[in-house]
Amino acid sequence: MDMILSQLVAGVSVGSILLLAAVGLALTFGQMGVINMAHGEFIMVGAYTAFVLQGIFGHAGISLIVALPLAFLVGGLLGVLLEQVLIRHMYHRPLDTLLATFGVGIILQQLARDLFGAPAVDVRTPSWLQGSVELLGTAVPVSRIFILGLVIAVVAGLSAMMTWTSLGRRIRAVVLNRSLAETSGISTRSTDRLTFFIGSGLAGVAGVTITLIGSTSPTLGMSYIVDAFLVVVAGGIGKIKGAVIAAFSLGILQAFIEFSTTASIAKFLVLVIVVAFLQIRPQGLFSVRTRSLA
Amino acid sequence: MTTITPAERGTLARIRRVGAGPDLPRPSRAFLGIGLLAVGLMVLAPMLLTDFRLNQLGRFICYAIVAVGIGLAWGRGGMLTLGQGVFFGLGAYAMAMHMQLADAQLQGEQAPGFMSTFGTELPWWWEPFRSELFTLGAVLLLPAVVAFVLGWSVFTRRVKGAYFAILNQALVFAFAVLLVGQQGTLNGSNGLSGFQSFLGFSLYDPVNRRTLYLLAAGVLILMVVIAYWLMRSRFGELLVATRDAEERVRFLGYDPALIKTTAFVVAAVMASIGGALFVPLVGIISPAEIGVVPSIAFVIGVAIGGRATLFGPVIGALAVAWVESSLAESFPSAWSYFQGLLLILVIALLPGGVASVLRVTQVRRRRRDAEDDGGSGGLHDDGAGGGSADGPETAPGDSPAGPPVAAVLGWEQKGEQ
Repeated sequence: MDMILSQLVAGVSVGSILLLAAVGLALTFGQMGVINMAHGEFIMVGAYTAFVLQGIFGHAGISLIVALPLAFLVGGLLGVLLEQVLIRHMYHRPLDTLLATFGVGIILQQLARDLFGAPAVDVRTPSWLQGSVELLGTAVPVSRIFILGLVIAVVAGLSAMMTWTSLGRRIRAVVLNRSLAETSGISTRSTDRLTFFIGSGLAGVAGVTITLIGSTSPTLGMSYIVDAFLVVVAGGIGKIKGAVIAAFSLGILQAFIEFSTTASIAKFLVLVIVVAFLQIRPQGLFSVRTRSLA
Repeated sequence: MTTITPAERGTLARIRRVGAGPDLPRPSRAFLGIGLLAVGLMVLAPMLLTDFRLNQLGRFICYAIVAVGIGLAWGRGGMLTLGQGVFFGLGAYAMAMHMQLADAQLQGEQAPGFMSTFGTELPWWWEPFRSELFTLGAVLLLPAVVAFVLGWSVFTRRVKGAYFAILNQALVFAFAVLLVGQQGTLNGSNGLSGFQSFLGFSLYDPVNRRTLYLLAAGVLILMVVIAYWLMRSRFGELLVATRDAEERVRFLGYDPALIKTTAFVVAAVMASIGGALFVPLVGIISPAEIGVVPSIAFVIGVAIGGRATLFGPVIGALAVAWVESSLAESFPSAWSYFQGLLLILVIALLPGGVASVLRVTQVRRRRRDAEDDGGSGGLHDDGAGGGSADGPETAPGDSPAGPPVAAVLGWEQKGEQ
């Protein structure tokens, strides 16, 4: 029983990181149906933002609190720039956006390598996030609980925005039927831009939180992007609910398989399970019912 | 059949003239190109290059062999295969295991050296790789089976486009992670290296190394010939038709899943052959050689060269690999910027790749003075559209005149019966 509970806690912890990395991607992927491979590099940019701020402030607690909103801003602006310059010209060609944004990712990675060096750097964890607490018979690091809380706040905020604000309604309308939304007077251009701002900003936030559990290197984004895509695909495009369930399922699944095998075999099996799952539900957990004939 | 639109008539006229599906050179020109490639790689290069450079070219040739397969699956079939590293790795590791066992046997030992360092016994699944025949079979069949299972299960459920690309990428990621984890049996992230002989011939002998290079070059030429033969066949036409209008192909009574799976399997086997030749030429295979980044690098050469053309993938792969190693020798960081920028520019501005520059101007000139073609719509969309169209819903802008090849197919089919 203790074993199950501790794996459950570990799985939820992995899932919360997955969800943070994937939630922004789910938003931008759903919006235009294009794949932003540079999303992982936006996460990396967020992590380096935290690193730079730590150098400026010195105090780990203050720099973390400043880093969260600033990384959102930096990531968001990068996303808008990318959308404006590249993605909007190619949204009929989703596979080509994948390659083109991968090119952007290569450049950002190299930029990070030239600016901060190839070896990984560390961001100090504030004292109030150090240590661990006893939870269901397992010692859980406080930073992990902080990340879980942050994810809950992000998802709640995002759901509230999608449900109640006019921007959220505009986003949902464009995801459901772009041309009908356009005909109804919604500016799809500005909706696209805002969606990319928020989605990419969330990548920046994810980057800051990832510094709490590991070191930061130029290839940080690469190690999260594949998992993030799997979460989005398994959850169903354009559905936050799907991303939440998929992220925690995959996290818990991985924790449990890892317990009986090794980390690498667990990763492999999780992928096989996702592929098998897509056989049953090709559209993911939750599919957006559209009126288009796709 | 019923009436044929002017655009379709235009494509028809072209297909009659060229004798095959769109974008393919005439047989005479194709064989001229293949001949030039063969002379360049098998006669001129060994004459002009030092042993070191020739070996380097051999490595690029392995990438080019992978690229031929990607050109078929992605350029002709519209399936962005981001996970060719899996198949490259299957071929490479099969060959590497065989060579390790052969070397161990020469030294009178049972297991490769690294295993004793980790204190592992020779696992049972290494044992069959002692046989050359089994290894050859594994290089050819193992990727085919994996690609068939993956392709068939994914394509029958009509998973396509971006989803297929992501699944592929996830697969290669998981594969690399799996290999890194096999510390005791496959030497983990260090990979397999330190080979001394290949099929009994010493790898230290320069003559043997030259022969090995010629073997690789010969295999590349053979793969190009096979690709050309496949592209010209009915299967090749169906593949392009599936890329451009999967639903229409289905309505005509063909099974798009089978067509796409076949192309995917062929691409996988080609990647595996490239991997199997890579090991004796380069002397090492490790998870770093086949992960997410190398898998995308395979695609980059194809994209830059021209994904839907016959020679574009080969020339692109060779050129990109050559520029990479010459740039990386002097400016390691410049290459990354250059690669990223080149990828963005080619994909955004020239989706057909560098090879399409010639075609785009050709089509423009032809459109200006060809009245007998009837219409220009059909000419235009197969030029710049490349392989990006992965279904009617995602590519309305790419094919303004509708998919001409599918229409032609139906028409041709009736003519034959």
